[in-house]
Order: sequence, then structure tokens, then C-alpha cells
Amino acid sequence: MLTLLLILLPIAAGVITLLAGERMAKQLALVGGLAGLGVAIFTWLQFDPSAGSQFGFKYAWLASGGISFAAGIDGISMLLVLLTTFLTPLIILSAFKNEYKNPAAFYSLILFMEAALIGVFTATDAFLFYLFFEAALIPVYFLAAIWGGENRIKVTFKFFIYTIFGSLFMFVALVYLYYQTPGTHTSEIAAFYQLQLSPAAQGYLFWAFFIAFAIKMPLFPFHTWQPDTYTESPTAATMLLSGIMLKMGVYGLIRLLLPIVPLGMEQWGFLAMILSVIGIIYGSIIAIQQSDMKTLIAYSSFAHVGLMAAGVFSSSLNGLQGALIQMLAHGINVIGLFFIVDIIYSRTKTRYLDQLGGITQSTPHLSVYFMVLLLGSVALPLTNGFVGEFLLLSSVFQYKGWLGAVAGLTIILGSVYMLRLFQKSMFGPKSKWVEGFQDLTASERAVLLPLVVMVFWIGIYPSTFLKITEPAVNQLLQLVNN
Amino acid sequence: MYPIVLLSVFGVLTLFLGFSKSKNILLPSTLLFLALALGSNFIEWGKGPFLYFYDMLRVDNLTLAFNGIVLISAFMIAAISGGFQDNADSEPAEYYGLMLFSLVGAIMMIGFDHLIMLFIGVEILSVAMYVLTGSNKRNLRSNEAALKYFLMGAFATGFMLFGMTLLYGATGSFKLVAIQGFASNMNAASQSYIFYAGLLLLLIGMLFKVSAAPFHFWTPDVYEGAPTIFTTFMSTIVKTAGFAALFRLLNHTFAIYNFWWIVIAVIAVLTLLVGNIGATSQNSFKRMLAYSGISHAGYLLIALTALSKPTQNAIIFYSLAYSLSTIAAFGVLMLVSKEKTIEGQPNERYEAFNGLAKQNPLLAFVLAVSMLSLAGIPLTAGFWGKFFIFTSAAERGIIWITVIAVLMSTVGIYYYFRVIISSYFKEGDMVRIRVAPFYQIILVLATFLTILFGLAPGIFEKLI
Repeated sequence: MLTLLLILLPIAAGVITLLAGERMAKQLALVGGLAGLGVAIFTWLQFDPSAGSQFGFKYAWLASGGISFAAGIDGISMLLVLLTTFLTPLIILSAFKNEYKNPAAFYSLILFMEAALIGVFTATDAFLFYLFFEAALIPVYFLAAIWGGENRIKVTFKFFIYTIFGSLFMFVALVYLYYQTPGTHTSEIAAFYQLQLSPAAQGYLFWAFFIAFAIKMPLFPFHTWQPDTYTESPTAATMLLSGIMLKMGVYGLIRLLLPIVPLGMEQWGFLAMILSVIGIIYGSIIAIQQSDMKTLIAYSSFAHVGLMAAGVFSSSLNGLQGALIQMLAHGINVIGLFFIVDIIYSRTKTRYLDQLGGITQSTPHLSVYFMVLLLGSVALPLTNGFVGEFLLLSSVFQYKGWLGAVAGLTIILGSVYMLRLFQKSMFGPKSKWVEGFQDLTASERAVLLPLVVMVFWIGIYPSTFLKITEPAVNQLLQLVNN
Repeated sequence: MYPIVLLSVFGVLTLFLGFSKSKNILLPSTLLFLALALGSNFIEWGKGPFLYFYDMLRVDNLTLAFNGIVLISAFMIAAISGGFQDNADSEPAEYYGLMLFSLVGAIMMIGFDHLIMLFIGVEILSVAMYVLTGSNKRNLRSNEAALKYFLMGAFATGFMLFGMTLLYGATGSFKLVAIQGFASNMNAASQSYIFYAGLLLLLIGMLFKVSAAPFHFWTPDVYEGAPTIFTTFMSTIVKTAGFAALFRLLNHTFAIYNFWWIVIAVIAVLTLLVGNIGATSQNSFKRMLAYSGISHAGYLLIALTALSKPTQNAIIFYSLAYSLSTIAAFGVLMLVSKEKTIEGQPNERYEAFNGLAKQNPLLAFVLAVSMLSLAGIPLTAGFWGKFFIFTSAAERGIIWITVIAVLMSTVGIYYYFRVIISSYFKEGDMVRIRVAPFYQIILVLATFLTILFGLAPGIFEKLI
């Protein structure tokens, strides 16, 4: 039942925020987000990693069709639920300094988004998974299209159509799988794992799933919606997209694609791997060229997700564990970096690197936080990025040595664009745009401090989190290898 | 059978009520009549099957369910018609009378067990619709639409009659049972080409009525030219009745499935392509809805192509979901276009909706939900409609057609979202629109049901 509470709590908080009106919206939303985090931590304390799916519920939805409203939490879900509930209050808090028109709607949409994301990460019924997968799109679409930048309508429309296009293919695949189940049919994901599908069918299914998740993450060459959408969206929506929603795609690969179509993986996995690795290099090189900070981080995120996907496609323990821990780490880092860009933008009214410079001179706190998050993103040892990248690269290396070597360039290229970002904005002579730059306020510190704590926690003692997922990942790999 | 009798009597009664001085009585009386007809419809629920009129009309739960959808839609449409008070030229008594009569035709089409009954039903429905399409006498577009609809409709009726004649020639009977028997006795040696030809011609006539491509050319012009309230009537009731009849016809000729499935499949794909691609280039919201009506005929045809176990539920659910959303969409369109006029004519373009959400959050929400449902986004009834359609195709093992349908759904999102974008994200000089309380209730009800069926499609499953 805890799972149901985790899904319903943000919805309830969102409705209350919406009804309570303009003045209390911020505070109520924050309380709702923190309550969600509280429940998630409570769940984590009771969670037994080796016990499979727990805290579940199951209600008949379409009784005659064997479709049920069913969700539960296993190790993989637990990690992502923690990520979602940890980041949502921070995203809400990070929006406090900006004055948005119609704040009640703004904050309640963030909470609705949280509910849909938790639904995706916990659903154990394939159609419920699909429902949440699509439902998550609607709040973030409205967030981006109402409160976004100048080009918002065109950009978000492209984003919306692009992602729906992908997930509809997954929908056809799910309907097909549903009809392959024996008897009166069932849409439990676990039942899909047991199907004996022909290699040809698995080949088609592979592409149906791959396109859906590759657009969501996004992987090369399905990424064209991403940089524009990240840049035009209000920062809170960008954080939701990059910090959490992108993980839906990786999660889908792990939860559906790998165990359902292992033979499809055999046929096409190598191609998918190549696309992922191209994405890493391509994203990094474009990131080096950017002068808009937000776009730069968007491309860096694109490069990072390529590495996560490559780890998943290696279908090894290291790859999957690396992808999972990297999801956590990337969510934390990218939200922190987007927040810092937003802080800089709100004070200087520019995001362009050539107009910035010399911010360090008056801002010791900001510089330290920025540096830590940046080093986490570059994967310096003892920061969170290192654990994930190390596992991921080792898995790709085992898969094919030369691919590992190419993918390993991400470490070098990553430091190039990240350090360039820091150097151009923070060091050097003070530009006229940064005159009178104030250091962090208390509420900004309240966002950054937990993020930085997590950077070190995951970096120094990652087994807190690796422990959660390991039994579940082993179980999954057993399914794949049989 | 009760609704047929009641509606016929009520129709005549409504015409007499037209003689009274006060026109205000017509709307409440029509609503009362429709409510009575709806109630009487369910007297026979769960008791059938019954055969009436010398075995020409069949009443069972399936036909009662379709009758229910048609009558509920008619009730909602009548409720948002507002009594036709704003136009001095209008003749409310005749309009309401014709609406009631046309429903008799629709119910005959739904329950036909004899081809003559089908023909009578189609004609009663169509003739009433020809008149209502041209009811805006002083408007050139309305006149053009009526003439176009009538001429094209007459051709289609001709094909249909020709088909029935050939079927009679082949089987010696107009009865569906006899046709079914003939079809199942046919084998490779005794193929009757007259039977095939007759079936195809009859199908062409019916496909014309539900505006399937390539028999759709009348649809955009007629839908756009007709007064919006009757466009709503056409796009919901005529379509539902038409698909109910097609389903009965194809169900009874299932023995020769291998012959007709490819015909229906090709027409379904063509309809999807024409409807969706045609809709993208429209600037008028009303004309877009006409093309969207064509595309939804395409989705329903997919269910017919498959004709598997879930098809029946799929068609019922889809018709209901589509009718609810369409009524809500046209309801909002009528309010907005009346408010914003160009040279005295209602403005039905997308731009008319700019800034709707700021001044009229309720109307914008109703419109958004109906568009999401038509686009088939989850948490709305339209999603489950598509779900049932796709499952019926998957059950038959026709996956390729769902892939095309999915591609076309993506195109659909493009044009359905244009009006959401206009009303939520664009600025415009929108005023606060006054909505009569009853009108508002109907819009909210349609939205509520759309979301309810979207969250819990199981409720509906229990009813059938």
C-alpha cells in the first residue's frame, strides 16, 4: 500500500495547491514534496532488497481483459523513487526565487508530474506503465509551453509530438505482447518476461521499444527535440526533464526491452550500442562549441545518457548497476548545474559565456558549490559521477574493447566542456554584466547543500545505493541470459 | 421498439406544439421527449432478443446499447441547441420534429434484421438531415451544403438499393438470417458473384453515410456549411448508427470474411490517410473537425476489418467516447464563434480561440479534454477507445494496420493541439463568454464522462 500512497500523495498535494490559490502555493507545494520524500525514506527503511517486488497493490481495472491497476517496488524502482522524491522538493524550492504568473498552477503541475513519474517507476502492469509514461508528458508540456521562453510554443510542440510518436510504437508492441500471453490474456510485465517469442517478432519488438525509449532519453539520432526544449523551458521544467524524465527512457530499457526481447538484443544490440557511443562523442563535441550555458548543459546531458544506454545494452551486471547509479548521480548533478545557471541568469540576465566572467571574485559560496557539482559531472574520483562512469566504461570495455576506448573519450571531452564552462563564467576579469553580483541566499543554499552532500555520499560510499539494486539486477540478468 | 413508437408520436406532437405562440416550450418538451425515449429504451434491457414488425427489426442488448448512445447524444445536442431563439428565421418546432424523426431512422438502422428496414432507416435519417443541413435559409453555404449532401446522398442510396436487389437476386430473401445462411453455404465451387457484387454495392452505400474515403468528398463542405448544431448531430448520431448497421451486416456475412476483409482494410487505411492528412492543412476549426470525423471513421473501420471478439465492445465504446468529445468540442465552438464574428458570420478559425483560457477557464478546459480524448491521450475515454480498436486488430493478428493507425494518431495530435495552443498559450482579445447554466452542465457532464471512462473503463464494461 505504500506504493499507492507514494503515487497519490503528490496528486493530493497538487490538488490542494491548486485550490488553495496564489498566496500559499509555494509553501504548500514544498510541504507536499517533502511529505513525499518522507514517505519514500520510510519505504526505504522497510525495504528488503532481496525480497523482490514489495509494498504492492493490485486492483482489477479491466477485469475481463486481465488488465489491472498494479504497482510495486523492487530494487530498481526503489532507487528511482528515491531519486524522484528527493529531487522534486528541491525543484520546487529552486523555483522560489522566480516570480511566476499563476503560481498555483505552476507548482501543482510539478507535483502532478512527480506522481506520474513515480507511477512509471513502480507500475507492474504494462498498460499502467504506458499510461503513466504518457501522462507524465502532459504536465511538463504545459509547464514548458506556458512559462517558457520566446520560442516556447514551437519548440515544446515538437517535443510533444516527437515523444508521443515514439511511445505509440511501444503501445502497439504492448498490445501485441498482451495478445501473446496465454489464456484470457494478462498485461502483467512479469508475464511478458515468460513469453517465448520468435526471433523475428523480437526483432520488430526491439525497434518498437527502442524508438520509444531512445526518443525519451534521447539517444542519437532522436535527440533533435532536446537542446531546444531544455533551453526554452523554465528552469523547473528543464530540471524535471533532465533530472527525472530522461530516466524514464533508461528505466524502460532496463524494465521492458532487456528482459522481454533478449533475442532482439542479440540481433540489434550492437547497432544500438554504436548509436549510444556516437551520441556520447557527438554530444560532447557540440557541448564544447556552445556559448549558451543552458544549451551546453543540455548537450552534456545528452552525452551522459548515451553512456548510460551503452551500459544497459552491454547487458552485464556492471553495465546495469553503473547505469542505475549514474541515473542517480546525473539527476543530482544536472539539477544542480541547471540551478546554478538559473542563479547566474537571474542576476545578470545573460547566459552567454562570452558576456560572463569574474563571478568568483564576489561569490565564494557559489563558486564552491558550482565546482563540486561540476567535478561530480566530470567524474572525478570520490564524487558521484566517478562510480557510475567507471562501472559503465568497464562494461562497455568488456563488451568490445575498442568501443570502450571510444566511449572513454567522454572523460576527456567532459572535462573540456565543463571546465571551459567554469573558467569562462567564473574566472577572468569581471565583465560589465556581473557588476554587483550577490552571493547565494539562504534558500538557494538550501537547494544546493543537499545536492552537494549527495555528490560526496555517492562518491565515497556508493554501496548504500548499489546494495538496493543489486539483487534486482541479478534477477533481471538471469531472465535475460536464459 | 418502444423508442421508435414514442419518438414518432413525439415528433408529430412537437410539430403541433409549434402552433403555440410561445416558442419557449419547445426546448423543454423535446428534452422531456428524449428523456422518455431513453428511459423506454431500457425497458427491454437484458430480456431480448425480440423480433418486431414481421421479423424486420431486432431488439437485443447490443442494439439497445447503440440506441442508448444515440439517444444520449441527441439529448445533449438538443440541450445545447438553446431553442434556436437567436435567429428570427428559424423554425424551432420543425427542427426539433425532424431531429426526433431522424432518430427513428437511426434506431431502425441499428436494429435492422431485414434489408428493407435498413433502407427505410437510412432514408428517414438522411432526408431529415438534408433538410436540417439547409435550415439556415439565408446562408449561401448552408444551401450549398444541403444540395451537395442531397445529390451525393441520392447517388449513394442508388448504389445501396442496387446492392440490395442483387443480394435478393442471389439469396431470394432480404432477411439477414437468409443472407447469413447463403454466405455460409457458399464454397469454392458455388461462388455467387452476384452476391459479392451486391454486398460490395451495399457496403459502398453505407460507407458513404459514415464518410469513409473515397466516399468522403461531401463531408468537409457539408459539415462546414451546415449550422453547427446539426453538424454535431450528423457527426455523432449518423456515424454511430451507420457503424452499428455496418457491424450487423458484416457480422452476418462473416462466413466470407476472406472476401471482404481486404476491401474494408484498404478503405480503412485510405480513410485514415485522407482524414488525418486533410485535417492538418485546415485553418477552420470546424472544417478540421469534419476531417477528424473522417479519420475516426477510419479507426472504427479497423475494428470492423478485424471483426474479432473485442470488436463489438470496441465500436460501442469508441462511438460513445467520440460522441461525447465531439459534442463538447462543437459546444465550445458554437459559443466562441458566436462571440467572435467576421462580417456578421461566426468566426470558426483557430485564431478565434486565442486567449480563451484566461477569460474562460472552464470552456478552455472542456475543449482541451475533448481534444485530448479525440487525440487518444491516456486518462481520457478516447485512449481506451483506441486501445479496444487496437486489441481487436491484434486479436485477429493484423498488426500492420495498427502501425499505420499509430502513425496517423501522431498526425492527429498535431491538429488537435493547435486549438489547445491557441486557447492556452496565445494572447487574444477574448471577452468573458456568458454560458447558460444548462449549457454549462452538459459541457461539464461530457467532460466528466470523458475523464471517468478514461480512468475506469471497467465501469462501462460492467454495464454491457
